[in-house]
Amino acid sequence: MAVIEIKLCLLGDSGVGKSSIVHRFVYDSFRPYMENTIGAAFLTKTMIVEGRTYKFQIWDTAGQEKYRALAPMYYRGAAAAIIVYDITRESSFHAVKLWLAELKRHASPNIVLAIAGNKNDLEDLREVSYQEAQDCAKSHGAIMIETSAKSAINVASLFVEIGRRLSNLDMTMSLPSSNSNALNVNQRTGQDVKGRRKCCGF
Amino acid sequence: MAEEPVVSSANDDEFKQGSEPGACRNSMLIATDSYEDIAQYLKADVCQSDVPNGKSTSVVGDADDASETSTPDQTVKCQNRVDPEETSVCSEQCTQYDRQEVSSDDSAVGDNSEETATTAVTETGQNSPKETLPDISCINRQLSSLSASDGSPHSVDTDQVCQPASSDVTEPSVTAEEYLSPELDYVHSAQWKNQDKHIFILSKAGKPIYCRYGDEDRLVTLFGVMQALVSFIQSSKDSIRYIVAGDHKFVFLVREHLILVAIAQTKESSTHLLLQLTYIYNQVLSILTLSQLGRIFNMLHNYDLRRLLSGTEKTFDNLLNVMNQDPSFFLCAVRCLPLETSVRDTVAQSIAQNAKVKDLVYAILITNHQLITLVRMKHYFLHPLDLHLIFNLVSATESFKAAESWTPICLPKFDSNGYLHAYISYLDESCDACLLLLTVDKDLFFTLSDCKRKIMEKLTKHHSLKAICESIRRGNYCISEAGIPELRHFLYKSRSTAQFTSPKFEVPYTAEEDRQRLFRLYQHLHYRIHCNSRPLKIMFTVGEYETLLGWVTSGFELYAVFGPLVTKPLAINSINKLLKWIKKEEDRLFILNSPTF
Repeated sequence: MAVIEIKLCLLGDSGVGKSSIVHRFVYDSFRPYMENTIGAAFLTKTMIVEGRTYKFQIWDTAGQEKYRALAPMYYRGAAAAIIVYDITRESSFHAVKLWLAELKRHASPNIVLAIAGNKNDLEDLREVSYQEAQDCAKSHGAIMIETSAKSAINVASLFVEIGRRLSNLDMTMSLPSSNSNALNVNQRTGQDVKGRRKCCGF
Repeated sequence: MAEEPVVSSANDDEFKQGSEPGACRNSMLIATDSYEDIAQYLKADVCQSDVPNGKSTSVVGDADDASETSTPDQTVKCQNRVDPEETSVCSEQCTQYDRQEVSSDDSAVGDNSEETATTAVTETGQNSPKETLPDISCINRQLSSLSASDGSPHSVDTDQVCQPASSDVTEPSVTAEEYLSPELDYVHSAQWKNQDKHIFILSKAGKPIYCRYGDEDRLVTLFGVMQALVSFIQSSKDSIRYIVAGDHKFVFLVREHLILVAIAQTKESSTHLLLQLTYIYNQVLSILTLSQLGRIFNMLHNYDLRRLLSGTEKTFDNLLNVMNQDPSFFLCAVRCLPLETSVRDTVAQSIAQNAKVKDLVYAILITNHQLITLVRMKHYFLHPLDLHLIFNLVSATESFKAAESWTPICLPKFDSNGYLHAYISYLDESCDACLLLLTVDKDLFFTLSDCKRKIMEKLTKHHSLKAICESIRRGNYCISEAGIPELRHFLYKSRSTAQFTSPKFEVPYTAEEDRQRLFRLYQHLHYRIHCNSRPLKIMFTVGEYETLLGWVTSGFELYAVFGPLVTKPLAINSINKLLKWIKKEEDRLFILNSPTF
């Protein structure tokens, strides 16, 4: 059985719940007072859906502005990107549009995009309407789903949907080579050029 | 009661340099600066950026003495009787300096009505007081203009504004309603005022960046005053170092882009406070790098740096908390996890062999502010100041426990202008040891992740992991192991390796309050011995609750605490025994060789 490796990264403003979504997905747990992520955290999760084995390699990036410049490092080699916003914070949805624009310009053209409206359990405090987000996603051909890491709503389906779309994409593009049991769908657009710095100017 | 410090000649010879316990055997593991070097470095940095005309500057410690003795109510925290006699030791020195009083009006500070004098010390104040020291009327004028622009009608007294603890009895004409604007109300709340130590970071333009207690936005005026004080003294080609007002000490660290201020009523010396501010400054650099800081402020003079530092407040809070209880900061030394040499060597070898990666600079294994092992690239040393920032980052960030992390970090002593990339991962869920692999290549994450897996395999195979966990669980050793009944506690620093060791706190230092008092005593002892104007070799003081003995040679520093009734010969005898014990245990307590990749 082929293992489909999926490299994906989570982007979005600080405090929208990127790490919470990942934790819900990987450990199926929720911490109400999640700490800030420092830099980026790397997690993996293997799951079997419809007879296919998906191995997710997840980069959970930090949302603070100072890490903004590092984002390309994570989305450049990724097959999929999840842009998370907080449905109770209009400004975080605004950031989604900026991320979409940036990914369009700099990421691989085949990257699968997903927009996740997190904190879906806080319906009373909603600031971003479902329709608005749906329209935005449609115009970019992205998956759109509202999730709640706290109440475990739609988190797994978010990842499954990405997996499904990626494998379909791959099937139409090329047939898996018969002798390899690992099918890699990382859509690397050539190795990124490394500017090797010497050891800090010494 | 206290006695004059005695300089021993006989005991000095007993441990020749290089043979004292914990002396490094081959090349150094950690680069070292002595405390004097750091004091020198602090001074040099401050001078260089702020006194362009090259006026001779006074030594930090010199003027310190003057201020130390100028406050009559200066005692070591919690009724320790060590102090009065000690202060007299230095009194001859302080008469040489003409203290300049910025404000001479005796104001009531807080609740006690003791007379207090506000003393300001600046860089060049000692040499040309007339020229450089501002008189009180100038400052008053400046401050009142400042407050006028805020819309408050009354003139402000220096004491009142820059001192959170001052009472506002001097302005009877102002009604309570006028005075208690929300901001001032906040600043005057007892809870805020009574904090032992306030730390503020602001930009050169006076924009708030960080404060230890409270909300920066509500303290904007206070930040304004601090900026005014700094720039006022700067306008006369001088730079402010500290102000002493009653129980409070206001210490300023002025760097190229930032101003850091400590306001403390902890009786710590200004050198120690300055050192703490330097740690905080380095923490900022470790997040942003000096070059980025320069770029930001050159582009936008009044940039709000909080945007870039958001999410890191916890690192600062944690650093400040730890600095208030961990002697490693003022000793500028690192504590190692006690471990059998064979185990430590195996661990180091497992790391060195499995992490042979080009561009990997350091591999560090730590636990809870203690070093387990450090493997480094040839020719690159790690400075204790940098290592403390790493300790702090790891202890302040719970999220490293959940997943492997990859983050840029700047080590200011290594290179203040560039980032290293750190792979951070705990060894095992059951074990509190954290592995950091630092590289200059930002694309090495997966390579390093693979290294960690191999290292883990090796450590498990050799049962090293179990030994490490066991040692972490056991914690620090007991003083009774040394077999010296009259000795209560000690700090021993090997100067050549920049490592120190101390036993765990036992009776009578189990309560938080007593531990804090002991910490302050150590700080005071350290300060007195390293005081630049009168450095001491040995210091023996008797207090109400304990007797302290400090001994510094070119190879080590030892600070020991005995019961109050211990005599001098007995104490000397005990520390000789202690040195022999440490020598015997040195392989376990220190890292004496320095593995490289």
